[in-house]
Amino acid sequence: MLSFENISNAIHNWLYHSFSPTTALWLEFVLVAVCVISLFSFLGLVLILMERKVSAWMQVRLGPNRVGPKGMFQTVADTLKLIVKESMTPDGADKLLFNLAPFIVMIIAMMLMAPFMFARGFQIWDINIGVLFFTAVSSISVIGILMAGWASNNKYSLLGAMRSGAQIVSYELSAGLSILCIIVLTGSLRISDIIASQENGWWIFKGHIPVIIAFVTFIIAVTAETNRAPFDMAEAESELTAGFHTEYSGMKFALFFLAEYINIFIVCALGATLFLGGWMPLHVGHWQGFNHIMDYIPSSIWFFGKTFFLVFVIMWFRWTFPRLRIDQLLNLEWKYLLPISMVNLLLVTLMAILGWHF
Amino acid sequence: MTASQIIFYILAVFILSTAVLSVTTRKIFRSAIWLLFSLIGIAGLYFFLQVEFIAAVQIIVYAGGIVVLLIFSIFLTQQSGKEMAKAPIVRTIASLLTVVFGFALTWLLIWQHGFQKINKDFDWSVSAIGTRMMGTGKGGFALPFEAMSMLLLAAMIGCIVIAIKTPSPSTKKDKPNTTT
Repeated sequence: MLSFENISNAIHNWLYHSFSPTTALWLEFVLVAVCVISLFSFLGLVLILMERKVSAWMQVRLGPNRVGPKGMFQTVADTLKLIVKESMTPDGADKLLFNLAPFIVMIIAMMLMAPFMFARGFQIWDINIGVLFFTAVSSISVIGILMAGWASNNKYSLLGAMRSGAQIVSYELSAGLSILCIIVLTGSLRISDIIASQENGWWIFKGHIPVIIAFVTFIIAVTAETNRAPFDMAEAESELTAGFHTEYSGMKFALFFLAEYINIFIVCALGATLFLGGWMPLHVGHWQGFNHIMDYIPSSIWFFGKTFFLVFVIMWFRWTFPRLRIDQLLNLEWKYLLPISMVNLLLVTLMAILGWHF
Repeated sequence: MTASQIIFYILAVFILSTAVLSVTTRKIFRSAIWLLFSLIGIAGLYFFLQVEFIAAVQIIVYAGGIVVLLIFSIFLTQQSGKEMAKAPIVRTIASLLTVVFGFALTWLLIWQHGFQKINKDFDWSVSAIGTRMMGTGKGGFALPFEAMSMLLLAAMIGCIVIAIKTPSPSTKKDKPNTTT
């Protein structure tokens, strides 16, 4: 049967069969890089189109509908426009850091792709600290934003960057605590182990109410971490023009924009892996027939389906809730989410020790 | 030279050059960014040694925590965007001497210690680290761990005491006026 696992194994075997191990490894690096970059550009185009279509649907209008059938090529046209535009560097900006910032944000988004399992046995790097790698590397992305805000030499940018920094640093805590809940239940940081532990049911079903609380906390926290509405204080068009990327134009702006959407995809993929079972199909107790039908759906479709469902939920938030004020935003984290997720973590630990989960 | 040696030297040159840049640049924000690169280079060295947990902790604590704090405090200082004045020659010479003597001392210590190569696999899994950290028996680190956590707790309480807002009677009186 044709699956991602078979294709990647066939390529791996062929490379090691026909080249020396070192050359084969280098060729694999190149292949992985090509795959990741093409996935990135594809996701960027799809997610931005999806955002525009979803927002149009929520507001009962058509959305992009001129370029291509049903406006399918709108984002391609937009990208071409951004590529031909001039990338300006404002006078008085710190040139080096100004030009470095979008690349740092982008490189970090690319590194975050490494531990994910996109289909059964299809993964770039099955690192033994998988989830911790994710939290560690994603904590650097705030520096890219702070750098952009500072180097622009613009008050709006600096304010946006400060807000964004405060927001990301504080929401990292409750996101981390809700991730810890699943690690406590699984007993491993490795992504493949976490997915394997959900073979007989996803954690959101097996873990009772505490895991559902952790899931809700996780979704709120990552919405804030990716600077999405209703937590888009960092960009707040009406008061800060565009926050940290006010001064960026052309392709450098496009990189920030792309990184924002890729980050949404990445956190949703993490949510799908931890709570919704990654590529594991939906199995219900003893319904043998149902389970067999579910097994026929390829694992990659399960993974991307769950991820895009979470992406849709986050977009739904954006077009439903009004924006929070900065003090409400910090209150929500420090006075509500953090205490709740701390108590919740204790509950989950108790549950894991006593074996109350299924 | 083998490939691993080449990788090691590339990492070492990266760490050292960004470290030198972070102390020689005259813009304070750039200095913080070079420090960040240096710390990430050290994390890369840990990844190269295949101690992934330590590498991740290095990134979380130093790159994600301390450098972000540094950047925030730079943002809050006045005139931090300006280029700083060139250091006087006496200070340059003094710091150079410090570097030379510090390096000599470290090198001497390492030389005299004479590290021995141990051909033994070491257990670097996260669960092994956790068991050792919370262990109370031989080779356990429960007491230092708890002592460190008390220290951190004291620091946190100190921060809260500094940052806490004491409602003074004057602001309470003003409040109805400002809200209406």
